[in-house]
Amino acid sequence: MTRRVVVTGLGVVSSLGLTRAEHFAGLKEGRSGIGPLSITDADRLSVKIGGYADAFTPEGRFDRSDITLFDRTTQMAVTAADEAMAEAGVDLSEGEAVRSGVVIGTALCGMETIDSAYRTVFQEGKNRVHPFVVPRLMSNAGASQISMRHGLKGPSWTVSTACSSANHAIGQAFHMVKSGASDLMVAGGAEAPLVFGVIKAWEGLRVMSRDNCRPFSKNRSGMVQGEGAAVLVLEEMERAQARGATIWGEICGFGMSADASDIVTPSLDGAARAMTSALADAGMGPDEVRYINAHGTATAANDKTECAAIHQVFGAATAGLSVSSTKSMHGHAIGAAGALEAAACLMAMHDGVIPPTINYDEPDPDCDLDVTPNEARDAEVSAALSNSFAFGGLNAVLAFRKV
Amino acid sequence: MGATTDEQVIAIIAEQAMLSPAEVKLDDNPEDMGLDSLALVEIVFSIEETFDVSVPFNANDPSSSEFDISSVGKIVEAVKALVAAKG
Repeated sequence: MTRRVVVTGLGVVSSLGLTRAEHFAGLKEGRSGIGPLSITDADRLSVKIGGYADAFTPEGRFDRSDITLFDRTTQMAVTAADEAMAEAGVDLSEGEAVRSGVVIGTALCGMETIDSAYRTVFQEGKNRVHPFVVPRLMSNAGASQISMRHGLKGPSWTVSTACSSANHAIGQAFHMVKSGASDLMVAGGAEAPLVFGVIKAWEGLRVMSRDNCRPFSKNRSGMVQGEGAAVLVLEEMERAQARGATIWGEICGFGMSADASDIVTPSLDGAARAMTSALADAGMGPDEVRYINAHGTATAANDKTECAAIHQVFGAATAGLSVSSTKSMHGHAIGAAGALEAAACLMAMHDGVIPPTINYDEPDPDCDLDVTPNEARDAEVSAALSNSFAFGGLNAVLAFRKV
Repeated sequence: MGATTDEQVIAIIAEQAMLSPAEVKLDDNPEDMGLDSLALVEIVFSIEETFDVSVPFNANDPSSSEFDISSVGKIVEAVKALVAAKG
């Protein structure tokens, strides 16, 4: 008997909003969460914009001991997980808890903690940092804190594959539930990279835009970083239906590939193989897919290569596709990107609204797809794909169906 | 006196292209020299460090950047302009 995997809880924090409802409202309105950064030393940056969740502060959200232990990445991961678990409404027995786990994707680690501790020892010349720097900065802090808060005692870990981290995390969690290794998995991604040191590092690659994020538009000028977290509760379908849970949609396929070519330049072949593999895993024909949430970083190289890969995989069925890059609104949340974008796919299927690619000014012949320009669109979406193509060439694509 | 601006820029480009400076001609273009986008980004970084200037270069669209990289000679000219503007 084949086990099917459905999403029964969904929590989101982003520059568009601090709850799933606010985030979805932003996606539907085509609102921009990108603006000027007011972080420490922003005046020394040449890239001064980002998708920063200004309203997200730990005070009032966490108690003092948690604030001491949680980097901003963990704060966001835990906030999204709390919302997802509250909605899923699961009350785990001891027997169920040991068959329930958590997988969180995060490309970096607690960068706000590192940035601030380095400032203390290098810039201020102090010889002592806070005793909890290590448990704050470790990249598995989010997964661990979620497991502790929600009593998830089964297989749990962190995945780090740059911009594909969250898709790899959700895909592995999907495999766990589908195979029967777990009955429930809390999965997603979290990243809070908008600190001086990280942006300074990205400036060096010269792929960042200084004005705005315009995926697929001929005048695109590079990526804009964002931050946030999205967490999904994945459950075996019969169990979810038996307890009358809200079902956002089914995760039905996962495809992975490695470009094995270049550390930063994307590959058409690697992207196409990941999409083809996700479709095959889902038993889904190209005609069935109505929406693709693109990787769509707004760099010259990604957008052109991704569009060519979609044409190669979908052929004649490309005509029936709506594609969009929601990074145009919330920015590129790096290790959290795939989770924010899985949320967008679930919204498209559940609410019947395809989120737009905003800031779309000018068609690019190298990106000749229906990119859902500037305004959301009402549509019956029965199946969707979400693409993540990472630096390092490690690609991960999720396939979803409406239930 | 140390090396001239021309010599320094050519040395930086030659190092990335894995050539000796004598093999680099002013009308060579970076693509034909086998310099990919990462190599260009490293060249720009070396120029900034060597001359203490800020180079207006966007790897997303090198051809439309204010910094002309269409040939070794153009890069040399652009660096001289940046150094002169610094005063």
